[in-house]
This record gives sequence, C-alpha cells and structure tokens, in this order.
Amino acid sequence: MGLDLLKEKGVPLDRQKFTWKDLTRRMISKLDDDAFTRVRVILMNGIESESVRFSHACARMNLDLREPLALIRRVEHFQQTLVNWLNPGNQSPLETTLGYEQTAIEVTASVALHEPDPYLAQTYRFGMLEDFDHLYRYSALYDRLTGKDPNSIVQSYTDIIPARPTVLEHRHPLDDVRRPYASRTADPLSKLNALTIVSAENQVHTYYMNIGPQFTDPVARMLYAEIAAIEEQHVTQYEALCDPSETWLEKWLLHEANEVYNYYSCLQSETNPVLKEVWQRFVDYELGHLHYVKELFQRVEGRDAAEVLPKALPEPIGFHEHRQFVRKVLRDEEGLSARGTEFVPRGEEAERTLLYREQLNADGSPSDIASAGYIWRPGTELSVEARREGVVSEGRIQ
Amino acid sequence: MERKASEMGLNRTGIKTSPVESAREIEGAEKRGATSLGDASAIARVRQEFAREVGNLGSVPPPTPKGMVKAAVDLLKGGRATVFIDKLGQRAGFERTGVRLYEAALSKLDVFGTWEGGPSRVELEKIRLDELAHFALVVRTIEQLGGDATALTPAAELQANLSEGVPRMLVDPHVNLLQSLEGLLTAELVDNASWELLIELAQELGHTKIAEQFQRALDAEQEHLALVRGWISTGTMLEARVGEEAAGAPV
Repeated sequence: MGLDLLKEKGVPLDRQKFTWKDLTRRMISKLDDDAFTRVRVILMNGIESESVRFSHACARMNLDLREPLALIRRVEHFQQTLVNWLNPGNQSPLETTLGYEQTAIEVTASVALHEPDPYLAQTYRFGMLEDFDHLYRYSALYDRLTGKDPNSIVQSYTDIIPARPTVLEHRHPLDDVRRPYASRTADPLSKLNALTIVSAENQVHTYYMNIGPQFTDPVARMLYAEIAAIEEQHVTQYEALCDPSETWLEKWLLHEANEVYNYYSCLQSETNPVLKEVWQRFVDYELGHLHYVKELFQRVEGRDAAEVLPKALPEPIGFHEHRQFVRKVLRDEEGLSARGTEFVPRGEEAERTLLYREQLNADGSPSDIASAGYIWRPGTELSVEARREGVVSEGRIQ
Repeated sequence: MERKASEMGLNRTGIKTSPVESAREIEGAEKRGATSLGDASAIARVRQEFAREVGNLGSVPPPTPKGMVKAAVDLLKGGRATVFIDKLGQRAGFERTGVRLYEAALSKLDVFGTWEGGPSRVELEKIRLDELAHFALVVRTIEQLGGDATALTPAAELQANLSEGVPRMLVDPHVNLLQSLEGLLTAELVDNASWELLIELAQELGHTKIAEQFQRALDAEQEHLALVRGWISTGTMLEARVGEEAAGAPV
C-alpha cells in the first residue's frame, strides 16, 4: 500500500473545480460495463452523501467550524453530483435498486471478512444477510412487474435467493441499537468500516424513501415501504457502532480518511478507464481535504492526527463476488435475531420485537406477496413456463 | 364497482378554473419576461453536443462458440447477423413483457368486469399464452443461432425504455379495464410492426424457415391487434352513449 495518509497532500482545495458539463457528461453503460463498476458508483455516491450529511450536522453544532466545513462541503457536493450522475438515465429506479442491494451485499461481505473486531464483524454479517434477502424480493418484483431478468443487473456475481426473510427482519427499535467501538483502542480499520457501511445504508434508505411512491403498482409501493423500514433499522444499527465520544473534528478527520480509502479502493479495481480517471482525481481531491482537516484538527485540538488515522491505508475493499462466504453465513446465521445490543437465536427475541412485528405484518407482508413461489431462473421465471409449454408449428402453445 | 373512464367532476388543472388569479399570473409572466436571450433551440444545441460525445447504449454479445454448428457460425459472421441477434433480443424482451401486460389486464378484468364486445377472460388468457409462445419461439431461434437468449441487447433496451409507460399504466390501481386496453393497443401496434420487420430481415439474411415461423407469429399478432381495437371501440362507444343505453357501459 503506497499511500501515506499523513504525508500525501493531494490537490489543494482552491484547485478543485467543476463545470456543469464536467459534472454530468460521463455515464456508465448498463449493458456493457461490469456490475462492479455500478457497485463502485453506488458506494461512492453513498460515501459522498454521508460526507455532506455529516458536514451539515457538524455545522449546526459548531460555530467555529462553519466556514471550513462550508468550503469542503461544496466540493463534496459536486463530487457526489459527478459520481451519482455516472448512473445512466436508461437504468430504471428498480434496476438501480437491484444495484443498491448488490452493493450492500458485496461491500458488506468484504468489510465483514476484513473486520478485526469480532462483534463488529458479526454485526456486518447480520445486516448483510438481510440485504441479501432484499435483492431476492426486489428481483421477484422486477421479473413479475416488467418481465425482465434481474441478472442483467447483477451479472451472475450475486445469488438471487431468499435469505433471512424480510418479513422476520422487523424488530423493535431498541433491538437495533448496537454497542460502539472504543475510539481509543479500536483498530483504525474498524472506524473506517463502520463509516463505510453506515454511509451505504443511509443512502439506500434515502433512495427508497424518494422513489417508493413513484411506482404505480401497489405491491411495489408496499415493498419499498417495507424494505425502507429495514434500511432505517440498518442505519440505526450501523451508526450505533461509531464511538459517540469522538470529537466532531475527530469524526470529520475520519470521514475524510474514509473517503480517501474508498476512492483508493475503487481505483485499485476499476475496469472502465473513464471511471478510473474519476477515482484517481477524487483520491487526489480527498487527500487535499484530509490534509486541510488534519491541520485544523492539530491546531484546534492540539492532538496528533496519527492518534486517529492509520498511517497507511488498509487493504482495499474487495470488489468481487463473495458467493461462498455469503452462502456460509446464510447456512450458519440465518436463524439469528437481535435482543438489545446482542445477537440471539430467533427463539430468544424480546417480546417487544414480537409484538412490533406482529402489528406491522397484520395486513400481510409485501415481501412475501411479491415473491410468493419465486425462484429466479435465467431469462426470468417465464422462460421456465415457456419451455414447459413449448412452441407448436403455428407459433402457438399446444 | 363504479369507475367510468370519463366522469365529470372538479378538475382544477385548466386556466379557466380561476379567472381572477390566472389573469394576474399571465400579467406577471408577461411583465417580468425572460433573463436570458434566445429560444428552445439552446436545448437542442446541448442535446447535439452530448449526442456527439457520449457512447452508445451498449453492444450485442458475441455468439457462444461452444456447441455451435458451423452453419450457425457462418450465419453470425459480419455486421448483418449482429443486427438480427439484436432485433431477436428485442422481440424476446418485448414478448416476455407482453405476458406480464396481459397478466395485469386480467387483474383489471377480475375487478371491473367486461362489456358487450369487450374482452373475455378466455381471450385475454389465450393472448397471454400466445405472447409466451412467441417468446419461446424467439428464444429457440436465438439459441439455434448460437446466441444467448438472456442477454439484454441494445434494441431490447431501447424498446423497453420506449414502452416503459405501458406496464406502469396497466398496474396502476386507478386505471380501469377499458383505459388499460390503451396500453395493450400500443403494445400490439409495436408488436405487429416489429414482427413484420423481423420477417423481412430473416428473409434478407436467407433464413427462410425462420421467416415462415415468424409469419405465423405475425398472423397471431394481427388477430390480437384486431381484438384489442374492437374492445376499445365497443367500450368507448358504449361509454359515450347517454341515458338508458349507457346501462352496462364499462367501468
């Protein structure tokens, strides 16, 4: 790993510029680009979205930081624009949704595999299984609503199978709050991992809340409402992992470091040369932000940034399939639920969660309705029916 | 369940709903004018600029060589064969979506019932099966040519985007059976024209046998189109009649 976070200065803030055309002219190809190129685009939009969200919250509570936050936030906003506009207009909201769930599965799997803290790793595996189920439910909806094959989006990297059923994922809010890492003793990678995953999940929640009501199909509307609720649970779960005793500036520094780490991870694995250029440019921009905030942190808090940051970047996020790992987690941990901050067998769930779930599912379960009897098959479930029925000479089924 | 397509009610979208406010609104717009010079052609210039600079939707996948007969390899050589695979991919996608469209129409039938000269359950189910058979026929053809029938080709992508509003409208719970038939009409018109083109293309490329099979699919599509037109016609006329005669009009 060649990048020394404490030494690299990147591109200075005053040289980070955009035009409207620069922000919008690049797009990936839904047909020809690798699914992991879309995964990287989705993840990085989530990372930038989190940086802007954090910056606004911080500005509301820190008078002295408002101006430096405003300066960097404007650039982050434009970075988010450029990244999110890489999604092509011919990718429908439901197709983007399939991409979001694939991102949640594959990135969380990579994070879970590399997370040094066993409790945090368990938390990631727990959430991953739930998103894994969402991919299956949305795939069924996509197949049955549009007659199209969800595999055209996931490109065979990710299994389209039920996991911990969404109908069982609904828990009382108090059973979604987890224990935080301790900032003084936690591995720097643990801090970055928590930020990465909470960013991704928060983005998914926001997206579903925006696009859900745009569907005309009542089952689609209900399914988005249902899964958005789980994403809200996931945001609650993952944000709880971050140590609340970290100072605002410490958190800001971590955000900038995480942005460098994520862009650097994308750069290592990107196959589309146009995007490779984007990731390189933004690694350099983020190093500029990190350097700026590092100086601020050291001046204001009188602490060495080396206390908070890893000197060298950890191993990049693995943008590749994690089929064997995901299947193993499904085999071993499908039956888990949570009680307070701890993971427990489903039989030991709190009464409050049972009552909460029963009430929400009282009028039926959208995720069950959308996918009743659904088994994904290449070319959609209709290809099985078509093969079974066959074609007779006059072009009609016998 | 009463839900006519064209009930009279309190529609507020027209300018004449509010003579006083609209007069002020018009005056305000005229007085303020525009801040930048020019007209709608500025938009066209940006569209042209981007169209020159960005790439295409995507490519047609190459044939899968494994298990291919030599004849198929020969057929798929060169640009013209790629066009055929692209258009076959388009038909596969459209016919498959067509099955889902008729499923949606069947749901409407269950809720709203039909009318004299309107679609019956048997008719809608038969067309659904025809669409499925056509999908199977195209899949078989693509596979015989060594292509991947699950691939989303550029023409299929284009067609799906073009007709995105049809399924969107058909599954809308606000839309009744007669209204949803407009979506089927759009689909059937495209289907007819597309099969005609595909037959022409198959003949041009020397696939006589394929062209014959496709002709039978077109025959069925022509029947579908005639049926859908008839249902819309009878339903609309019935709804347009007044008084006693309107009893039994589609809801």
